[in-house]
Amino acid sequence: MGLLDQEFTEGNIVIAKTEDLFNWARLSSLWQVGFGLACCAIEMMATSASHYDFDRFGVIPRPSPRQSDVIIISGTVTLKMAIRVKRLYEQMPDPKYVISMGSCANCGGPYWEHGYHVLKGVDRVIPVDVYVPGCPPRPEALLEGLLKLQEKIRNESIVKPIRSGFVGKSA
Amino acid sequence: MKTAEEIFNLLKEKFGDSTIELKSDKPVEPFIIVNPLEVDKICSFLKDEKELLFDSIMNLSGVDDSNGTKEKDDKGLETIKGGTLSVYYHLESTKLKHKITLKTSTDREKPEVVTVTEIWKGADWHEREAYDMYGIIFLNHPDLRRILMPYDWEFGYPLRKDYKNPEFYQGMKVPY
Repeated sequence: MGLLDQEFTEGNIVIAKTEDLFNWARLSSLWQVGFGLACCAIEMMATSASHYDFDRFGVIPRPSPRQSDVIIISGTVTLKMAIRVKRLYEQMPDPKYVISMGSCANCGGPYWEHGYHVLKGVDRVIPVDVYVPGCPPRPEALLEGLLKLQEKIRNESIVKPIRSGFVGKSA
Repeated sequence: MKTAEEIFNLLKEKFGDSTIELKSDKPVEPFIIVNPLEVDKICSFLKDEKELLFDSIMNLSGVDDSNGTKEKDDKGLETIKGGTLSVYYHLESTKLKHKITLKTSTDREKPEVVTVTEIWKGADWHEREAYDMYGIIFLNHPDLRRILMPYDWEFGYPLRKDYKNPEFYQGMKVPY
């Protein structure tokens, strides 16, 4: 039985702003790319498993980037992998979001100085929405990161952004 | 089961003492130094000889001995000229329960060691790793490609003591 079940006496129309509806739909079914990189991926899998249950927020791992909305960069991004990560991101349809999970993906982590093979932060190849600190972050931290992302999506607008000086199309 | 000394004596009988040497300074495990171009012959003897039967290669690793002349350039970065690179082989006989370590040193400027992949298949990826990290060429190796670094990595061999990381790789900034 749904949330709105038997709440109304008559009619079946709910009035809402398109924006709110879009945002609500987007943030409630964030399908993630089923992909992990290192030890953070183990915590990510734990977050998906029954105890922490990522699925209750609508997060389901998808086997293809074409069906995904969010990519969780869970682990050390090597230079060799960075090219593949970028390609995966480019293959995702818009709107798409990125969660950078753990110190390695945030800034290189313990490899920051002598990691000849490590990209010092995944934000050097793709734009990141939420950074989750930790080495690795506990599942609670990743959940918090997801809630932050949902909050961000909830406040998104489909209206063209107002730039300084003029509103909408210029004459 | 045989001690390092007994194994060494068997090798000496077969190959003479011109190319091999036993080092047994404590506290390091004893090891036998062999010629890089005869590794394959010595290893196939170690594997096939009835009293030895080394049927397993536990590990094969490269080492930069860093014993050449060191020069500093104007940026303070070091370059090593001459000296040696080494390869260590850790062998075990699962039938006779004994172990031995082999060491072979090769010229840093032209590092060439004969492959042992035809003796132990497991050596294949270990040799590729030693090639990837130190640039040691394994002669007669069936598939000597980089194994960890990208195939198009052209900035040298990262575990050499005088390795310098590039500024950019495929448009990505490498230093922190």
